[in-house]
Amino acid sequence: MYQFKHHKSTSVDHASELHSNSDEGLYLAGGMTLIPSMKLRLTAPTDLIDLSSIEGLAGISNSYAGLRIGAMTRHCEVSASSEIPALASLASLIGDNQVRNRGTIGGSLANNDPAADYPAAVLGLGATIHTNKRDIDGDSFFLGLFETALDEGEIITAVTFPIPKRAAYAKFPNPASRYAIVGAMVSDSGSGIRVGITGAGACAFRARAFESALNKDFSVDAISAIEIDHSDFNVDIHASAEFRGHLIGAMVRQAVVQLTE
Amino acid sequence: MAVKLNVNSVEHTLEVPSNTLLSEILRDHLNLTGTHIGCDTSQCGACVVHMDGKSIKSCTVLAAQADGADVTTIEGIANGGELHPMQEAFRNNHALQCGFCTPGMIMSAIDLVQSNDKLSAQEIREGLDGNFCRCTGYHNIVKAVLEAQEQM
Amino acid sequence: MTTETGIGASVKRKEDARFITGKGRYTDDINLVNQTYLVFARSPYAHAKINGIDLEPAKATPGVVAVFTGKDLAADEIGDLPCGWMVKSKDGSDMISPSHPPIAIDKVNYVGEPYALVIADTPDAARNGAEAIEANFEVLEAVLSTADATSGPQIHENAPNNRSYDWELGDKDATDTAFDNAAHITKLDIVNNRLIPNAIETRAALGDFDSSTGNYTLYTTSQNPHVERLILAAFVNVAPEARLRVISPDVGGGFGSKIFVYAEETAVIWAAGKLGRPVKWRAERTESFLGDAHGRDHVTHAELAIDDDGKFTGLRVSTKANMGAYLSTFASSVPTYLYGTLLAGQYTTPNIYVEVQAVFTNTCSVDAYRGAGRPEATFVVERLVETAARELNMDPAELRRKNFIPPDAFPYETPVALTYDTGNYGISLDKALDLADVAGFESRRSDSESRGKKRGLGYSCYIEACGLAPSQVAISLGAGVGLFESAEIRVDVTGSVTAITGSHSHGQGHETTFAQLISDRFGIPFESVDVVHGDTGRSDYGLGTYGSRSIAVGGSALMSAADKIIAKGKKIAAHMLNSNEDNVDFADGRFTAADTNESLAFGEVAFSAYVPGNFPLEELEPGLSEKAFYDPANFTYPAGAHICEVEIDPDTGVTEIAQFVAVDDFGNVINPMIVEGQVHGGLAQGIGQALLEHGIYDADSGNLITGSYLDYAMPRADHLPDFTVDTTVTPCTHNPLGVKGCGEAGAIGSTAAVMNAVTDALGVIDMPMPATPETVWKVARGA
Ligand SMILES: Cc1cc2nc3c(=O)[nH]c(=O)nc-3n(C[C@H](O)[C@H](O)[C@H](O)COP(=O)(O)OP(=O)(O)OC[C@H]3O[C@@H](n4cnc5c(N)ncnc54)[C@H](O)[C@@H]3O)c2cc1C
Ligand code: FES
Ligand code: FES
Repeated sequence: MYQFKHHKSTSVDHASELHSNSDEGLYLAGGMTLIPSMKLRLTAPTDLIDLSSIEGLAGISNSYAGLRIGAMTRHCEVSASSEIPALASLASLIGDNQVRNRGTIGGSLANNDPAADYPAAVLGLGATIHTNKRDIDGDSFFLGLFETALDEGEIITAVTFPIPKRAAYAKFPNPASRYAIVGAMVSDSGSGIRVGITGAGACAFRARAFESALNKDFSVDAISAIEIDHSDFNVDIHASAEFRGHLIGAMVRQAVVQLTE
Repeated sequence: MAVKLNVNSVEHTLEVPSNTLLSEILRDHLNLTGTHIGCDTSQCGACVVHMDGKSIKSCTVLAAQADGADVTTIEGIANGGELHPMQEAFRNNHALQCGFCTPGMIMSAIDLVQSNDKLSAQEIREGLDGNFCRCTGYHNIVKAVLEAQEQM
Repeated sequence: MTTETGIGASVKRKEDARFITGKGRYTDDINLVNQTYLVFARSPYAHAKINGIDLEPAKATPGVVAVFTGKDLAADEIGDLPCGWMVKSKDGSDMISPSHPPIAIDKVNYVGEPYALVIADTPDAARNGAEAIEANFEVLEAVLSTADATSGPQIHENAPNNRSYDWELGDKDATDTAFDNAAHITKLDIVNNRLIPNAIETRAALGDFDSSTGNYTLYTTSQNPHVERLILAAFVNVAPEARLRVISPDVGGGFGSKIFVYAEETAVIWAAGKLGRPVKWRAERTESFLGDAHGRDHVTHAELAIDDDGKFTGLRVSTKANMGAYLSTFASSVPTYLYGTLLAGQYTTPNIYVEVQAVFTNTCSVDAYRGAGRPEATFVVERLVETAARELNMDPAELRRKNFIPPDAFPYETPVALTYDTGNYGISLDKALDLADVAGFESRRSDSESRGKKRGLGYSCYIEACGLAPSQVAISLGAGVGLFESAEIRVDVTGSVTAITGSHSHGQGHETTFAQLISDRFGIPFESVDVVHGDTGRSDYGLGTYGSRSIAVGGSALMSAADKIIAKGKKIAAHMLNSNEDNVDFADGRFTAADTNESLAFGEVAFSAYVPGNFPLEELEPGLSEKAFYDPANFTYPAGAHICEVEIDPDTGVTEIAQFVAVDDFGNVINPMIVEGQVHGGLAQGIGQALLEHGIYDADSGNLITGSYLDYAMPRADHLPDFTVDTTVTPCTHNPLGVKGCGEAGAIGSTAAVMNAVTDALGVIDMPMPATPETVWKVARGA
């Protein structure tokens, strides 16, 4: 790891100011992505602006719009929460206990790893991402591989998840890293079905074909024949694009089974 | 940069470079070499210690993040001459062979048991996801944790 | 005598006291005053010429103390890393062992091969320096596939067709005739996947040179410090043997990978002498992936000939074994004498012929990994036998039983050069069938089917040869070292005992097991025995620990030394008791004169030995300390039956181990708790090979794709089941303890059992290993 300057920020504004005054500054949340990458010298920030000292950035609360989760809320806190069981279950499947004790939802979303779990929840539950500048509709947040709608220096402050009538998350973990090869969040808000998929493509996306089929008939049978175009999907030693395509169906079916049994 | 931390109930103030990891503070500065390093990608769990009561991978925490924290390492869990029930159970069940994964495994297992009500064998297996052991095949580790949770 | 701490007791381990409290002392825990840190510059290319290396930017890096290349080592006459086992080809020619300079000089032959080293005051500075090195590589076409290695571009000047040797064993003509007359022939093409050992402690070395004495000390993560010293002294020319002390303190697992002598420790100890400062290196995990000798990697075609009665009449095996870029320390012996000789398995197959081509590729070296050759042999035999049973519509257990070497046929000479001393394969299989409730399998299978799952059952009846082995046999077959073991017993004045062994423990619990042996033999408290290992400065010589040899060879050596102690004790006791040494018996810790029935405790005699007031010193030297070297008369032959039951989700391809039963015959067992633990660990590695682990190189770039835990799937707790482990006992006939060794059995037997179960579940003959979800999914839907 190269040397850097570490800053404790006292408020979101302070953090943002530190960032704009830095050369190549990065925010530090749980560090579960950033630190491994710095150790391997793949990332070399000049400044680390630590968000953990900012009061009010962590915590889970109910708002009129749903469940509001502060950006610095650790995965373990979400997994222990009860309002949206599918979200808690998703959080409990991220990494391992030690990673969940440090990693944060804000860090995960800002990082937008193609195999991360939370993006499936943002799309599958129709969340809104709050930043120090604006609110971003979850559907337009993930733009590509590690690419989000965040501007340079913009800070995620919280995420609001509408509370669904029912929802379930099914994950097919990578046997080595335990990230998602495919993860599917299926939710029924009462007024419509959402299916958020992670792991398969450059970033998370909504599986519209499954959504419309499930909107008509919320059953496994309704989706068993759906073939997904996998031509753009990720390929690695653990899964071909074709297998990922198949797993989307399998994971969506598992989630639907959870909700219908 | 200066960091102040309490390790196994002893206060330390250290002057370290910004890129120092908690694991390096423990091993290189405080000579607490029971905390081991087994990988560079935060997977193996050989380095697990408790920070403010929670198990964490000390190879993935910066000194700066540990500033002001209470840290407990494998060297700090016995009560004087009396072993922690988890240590006792590991020995009793032959839950270690080369011993390299053991400190991290014990620290993870303690947190796992403390944070949960009675765990099943399967829940223990899932709860130790962040710790590799290449020697034991985990069979006796699971047995040890089952035994220890009765004592803790 | 069976006591709570004697032979046969599950004594809790002594060594645990330090490990569970964080007081273990591993190589990286040791630091020396004024120490420097070494980082290697490693090749990013699989195959390239080095046209030049610019060291200036590295030298100018702050904190850097020195920068060296392979040429600097060569200038100091540091020699090649040798391969210690000479294998001959069919035509009688010697194997080809290409030059292997520790630090590449003209050419790099695999990704990760070190070509320069940087030594600095801090690890960071050394790393900065290594990054600053600028090398001018001319990239060459690389050879990566085992199967096609012989037709790829030539890697070494002296190795045409990238072949090291073309070896054979067995009677080809007789075997061909058996096939001509066979009623049924079962054929399989088998790829035994490459594995990466992954001891959780990465390799490390700390070198020190004392200029006032000219003595070198190397602390390193070695399974066999004496062999390390021998090779570094005799072949690599680092220092005269007597001037080099190798200490391997606590070692965090080995599984074979820490047997070998590598570039890194060579460079460390050389550099320590060069600089006159201690030099330390600890592998990052990535370096372990790239550089620790890998395991397996065979491509095999195998055929089994069977007669009308279901008796095996012939076995024909042709294997290509990937050696990687160079021959590692014992690499050549693995696919030959540790593989071909085991192909009889537990069966009476009368005609066996095996040929093995060892090939070079632009990959990390391949050498012994837990089981070394024997898992590959078991895999061939047991996959064939299971497949034959399916083809013949026979119960796989029945087919095996029909062909087992019967218990009254021992000693049994196989057609592939071994003589099994003892065994009873049927009882192990019966016990396993019972424990696995094979009788209830069909109903479990229908239950799985009703849930949309597929269930399968697989057997594996393995044999291994371990306790390596009679030196003269091994040397006649090409071994460059003896295969005995040494032991020394020092009885202290007060009767406590220091036992010094040439074996090495890196998880096996020698400090406990060996203390049990001594305390049992001498009738003294377990607590008064201290076991010392892992330091060439403290024990005369030793061959270390691998091939499950510690108890059979090291334990036997200890017993020989103990016999000598008792013999001398009797002489002293005879004088003290006014008797004659022939009249003195030793039992339960007391020397007793048969004529007078007077007796002395072990400690009393020890005291007298050092306070020699009552025996004639011109006849008998004072003191009570003895050494022994034990060279076994034969291998030992642990064998057993493994049964695996799997449940597969055909929709996701996920295979779950529903149960795993292992019944092993290790002969007599000193500490059942430790033996079970060894089996568990081996099973995890064998199951890991079948379902998860695979070292994969990119076919184009030659990069190791599985170069970290993000891609190399290590077995975790929740990948594995609880194991059902039991034993049967036929004591080894040729060592004093009747022991056989247990370190590798789990890894040898289990892989075939899992693959037999998976193929049974899917109803197919064969499938690639590991049986990853995607592979299983594809096979399940017939793609
Ligand atoms: C062993 C291991 C296993 C893992 N397994 C999984 C898994 O199964 N599934 C999964 O989803 N993830 C997994 N992760 C990743 C983990 O969830 C991380 O915690 C997460 O991706 C990043 O969160 P963090 O708080 O640690 O962020 P950091 O590492 O601190 O930061 C990540 C990036 O986000 C930026 N950032 C952080 N917070 C903000 C903010 N509030 N606003 C703007 N930018 C910000 C940082 O500057 C940085 O670029 C794993 C990690 C490890 C080490
Ligand atoms: S050293 Fe492997 S997780 Fe920390
Ligand atoms: S005891 Fe060796 S890695 Fe766990």
